[in-house]
Amino acid sequence: MLGPAGRLAPPQCSGRHSTGIIALALLVLAGLMLFAASARAQTFPLLTGRVVDGAKVIPAEEAARLDQKLAALEQQTNRQLVVATVASLEGYDVSDYANRLFRTWQLGDKERNDGVLLLVAPTDRKVRIEVGYGMEGIITDGLSSIIIQQEVLPQFKAGNLPGGIEAGTDALIKQLTLPPEEAAKIVAKAKPKKQQGLPFGLIIWLIFFGFAFVLPMIRRARGSQSYQSSGLGQVVLWSVLNGMTSGRGGGGGSDWGGGGGGGFSGGGGSSGGGGASGGW
Amino acid sequence: MSASRFRNVARLVIVGTAALSVAGCGINSVPTAEEKAKAKWADVQATFQERANLIPNLASVAKGAADQEKGILVGVVEARAKATSIQVNPGDLNDPAKMKAFQDAQNQLSASMAGFGRLLANVEAYPELKSITNYQMLQSQLEGQENRIRVAIRDYNGAVQEYNTTIRTFPDAIGAKVFYGAKELVPYQSVTPGAEVAPSLEGKL
Repeated sequence: MLGPAGRLAPPQCSGRHSTGIIALALLVLAGLMLFAASARAQTFPLLTGRVVDGAKVIPAEEAARLDQKLAALEQQTNRQLVVATVASLEGYDVSDYANRLFRTWQLGDKERNDGVLLLVAPTDRKVRIEVGYGMEGIITDGLSSIIIQQEVLPQFKAGNLPGGIEAGTDALIKQLTLPPEEAAKIVAKAKPKKQQGLPFGLIIWLIFFGFAFVLPMIRRARGSQSYQSSGLGQVVLWSVLNGMTSGRGGGGGSDWGGGGGGGFSGGGGSSGGGGASGGW
Repeated sequence: MSASRFRNVARLVIVGTAALSVAGCGINSVPTAEEKAKAKWADVQATFQERANLIPNLASVAKGAADQEKGILVGVVEARAKATSIQVNPGDLNDPAKMKAFQDAQNQLSASMAGFGRLLANVEAYPELKSITNYQMLQSQLEGQENRIRVAIRDYNGAVQEYNTTIRTFPDAIGAKVFYGAKELVPYQSVTPGAEVAPSLEGKL
């Protein structure tokens, strides 16, 4: 039964007999990916809010105050600043840990990469400001270093962790805050992105699909012509499937998780290791 | 169900299967992985270049230093000239020899910068250095740049690993061999032990 159609099939390199093997391989792969995901989730704390106090050093009222300031900053500029403390760096160097944590949390917008992370590891006595790609020109390495040396570390050395964290956060907020007119521009620019309808590519494919399959089917149903197996139709379906299987994984990247509601998440931003570290 | 309709369904299934198997045997995944690795390599070269760009600042910081340090500074500048003259084009990423030349040049620069940092460590002997206000700024820039290099190398090696795995595992290996003649890319490794460690100037003031 496969005979007449089989010769029309596009070039295939593994043959139709291997479908089962491929399915099995896919299953195994999916299992592995799940495993990898859970293993990674164990290593890094969850992004539960703008202040993630894993080491339990920030008093509740200060955490609430910081959260409010950070939310206000995000509302004004769309820039994400997150303050985190961790109980342990788990053997990583502070800069390495901060970079991995930043990437796990995906702070900042996917396009603008405008996230900043203030990380404090009290047991390791290390602090780091990790800066997203897009903020490197605003929070330079030198400025990060100065904030750490002049605002944060003196208080840490005096044993005042909450004070140092707040001072550092304030300094970062001051630098990240924009003059009102500039902020308005950025917010206005960011808004239209939320109202995206159907993706453009999908529409194109739907049109192709319509021409290649639906039209011939209708024609055939009318009986106006006998259906010669349409090579074009198969090529198009082939490409559609191809696109579907390979197009996955890029991911749209949720635009903005924040905004005052219950959930808070990163926007898909990344960091290339900008910022500065310090120890006390 | 008529015979012709059955044939039609069978045809759809076959086309779908074929599409999936072609998509799964490297037609798309091999070039995708390769381009990603090349892009990451560009990042690696850019970060090294930025580090090289910081060296003139290092020279200005060392102006107050004694002749001995100036000799070492000459070494740093020479190593910089050599390191910046060697580039690896994206097309040569599967050439271990070219990769090694690049690595050696960068490692040598790292080593001579580290040597310079060690001399500055003995900063008590050079009170002039303390008067240079840029010193702390430069220190943080150097550290930041070394950190960026580490991240870029990590990203590049991750992309290379992904690519090499792609072209050597079923079913992508088929497409990689038949259509692209893909060769393994060379990961970046620091040959001298500890050479990837930043020439730390921390705590030297």
